[in-house]
Amino acid sequence: MTRIPLHQRRQQFLRRRKIKNVLMLGLTALTGLYGLGWLAWILTDVSLQGIRHITPALFLRDPLPPGMPGGGLRHAFLGQLIITTLAVLVGVPLGIGAGIYLAEYGKYRREGRWIRAILDVMVSSPSIVIGTVVYAWMVKPLGHFMGVAGSLSLAILMLPIVAITTEEMLRMVPDPLREAAYALGARQWQVIRDISLPAARKGIMTGVILAIARISGETAPLLFTSFNSPYTVLNPLKPMATLTVTIFQYAMGPYPEWHAQAWAAALVLVGGTLLLFLLARWWMASFRRPQGSA
Amino acid sequence: MNVRTRGRRSSTPWADLWVHLTLRGTAWLVGLAVPILIFLVLTRESLPAFHRFGFWGFLRGHTWDPASGVFGALPALTGSLLVTLLATLLALPVSLGMAIFLTELAPRRLRPFLETAVELLGAIPSIIYGMWGFFVVAPLLAATVEPALQATLGKIPLLKGLVAGVPLGVDALTASLILSIMILPFMSAVIKDAFQMTPPLLKEAGYALGATRWEVITGVIIPYALPGILGGAILGVGRAIGETMAVAFLTGNVHRIPTSLLDPLTTITVALANEFTEAHSDLYLSSLFALAWLLMLISFLLLLGARLWLHRTLGEARS
Repeated sequence: MTRIPLHQRRQQFLRRRKIKNVLMLGLTALTGLYGLGWLAWILTDVSLQGIRHITPALFLRDPLPPGMPGGGLRHAFLGQLIITTLAVLVGVPLGIGAGIYLAEYGKYRREGRWIRAILDVMVSSPSIVIGTVVYAWMVKPLGHFMGVAGSLSLAILMLPIVAITTEEMLRMVPDPLREAAYALGARQWQVIRDISLPAARKGIMTGVILAIARISGETAPLLFTSFNSPYTVLNPLKPMATLTVTIFQYAMGPYPEWHAQAWAAALVLVGGTLLLFLLARWWMASFRRPQGSA
Repeated sequence: MNVRTRGRRSSTPWADLWVHLTLRGTAWLVGLAVPILIFLVLTRESLPAFHRFGFWGFLRGHTWDPASGVFGALPALTGSLLVTLLATLLALPVSLGMAIFLTELAPRRLRPFLETAVELLGAIPSIIYGMWGFFVVAPLLAATVEPALQATLGKIPLLKGLVAGVPLGVDALTASLILSIMILPFMSAVIKDAFQMTPPLLKEAGYALGATRWEVITGVIIPYALPGILGGAILGVGRAIGETMAVAFLTGNVHRIPTSLLDPLTTITVALANEFTEAHSDLYLSSLFALAWLLMLISFLLLLGARLWLHRTLGEARS
């Protein structure tokens, strides 16, 4: 039995550790590439397929009967706009109000912490369930699908997002600022209105944009609330088409024209939501930095 | 005066009280009343189904047959759990790797871009994942990966059943794969936060002892961040189980418990999306509501558990 000298064994051991280090770190780099690869793949496919089918008619025309070439998705774009706007009108004020309460009043109260915990849960809760609940609330009693029911479910989805960001942004406002105002004799609501809210305004706006980006991509809660319609409908008390539900319907449908339009609509949807998202991110970075360095 | 009074002297205590109560009411509405109402409505609507089949009877029922009015949740429930479990198993190692890469390895200048790219993956609407998966990934898997799996795993006696069936691409495998990509950003974000909580002093101590980077990661950072990793995994599970549109295209909505990765199946969300507007009887609708109730309960408990766990272990500093 030959014995390998000690110094050689130690060198072997060291080499093995180094090789393992490089191998495993290389593997983590690969996982990073894996994520980026999927992103690149999905974005290229949607862009390439979508751009071929984007025409002015897509935005300006109503759909033709199934299977006929031509026509557009004007009804879906308008429906999406109306439903989202109504949702924002309901969801944003309520969400901001709740966020203000959590940050300014509920910070040290048990009640505030519980509400915050529930909001954290609701923000990831299944969106399709919200759709079924709104169906039971509005659609079933009134007997037909309608745009406002879709808006309500989107608003419910939006509430926790807006409330949580508002709270977090208000928490970033330093307390000495508030204390200075109190020292001048201001009341709490004056401090909120004149000190906290203006200081956190940009951050809250970012949260609102993120929430809009999130709800614009939602399909599931609209399936049984605003439903769908092949016509341009401006009355939100009637069933309305949206971009997302139309994509679902068209992609599942049998006609190649539908598939083409679904890709085009998908590109518009992805472009819109990702732009909103990037805008919010960029905005957030632009005002977080000076505070962080100060 | 720094504090504006907007012209009139309105600083009566009443205004203060009024604002306080309004905001408090809003918070209670948003954070308590809406969630409670959601549960109440779901419970009320699903009672007829539970009444008809019994709670455990509904849960254990194998059959989902609208024509004869027999509804059991087991196929959809197992479908949901199976797809979620597979997606989590696929996503966890990758998101762990991504978190390591982003916090320890990537050049500092590139990090913001890489982080944004990962977040973009989470910002793509789920219907896009579903549609793209249906048109692009499913045919690809059906033509290449699935026959390959059958040619290799299919030869091994015990694993044979896992890949039995016709490779159509619309099955548990594809649905889980697409779902795993969707939950990557959420999981890796939580894990990354947990990694960043590791005190630099501990890491430096590791390096001072002569450890390699990988040894510091496995010996110091991962043990320290283990609670965060677990929380991130549960969060991913909670997200995945409620996801609808990404899987709606890819499961085939067949109410049968799958025995192979290549079997079509259904999940609670897919059954809801496909059948809710077509439910022709009250019992049918109520059974769908009962599925929704189950889903809401599972995801609420999972997410609440993850959230309480994360807060206890990582502390308030996370936000």
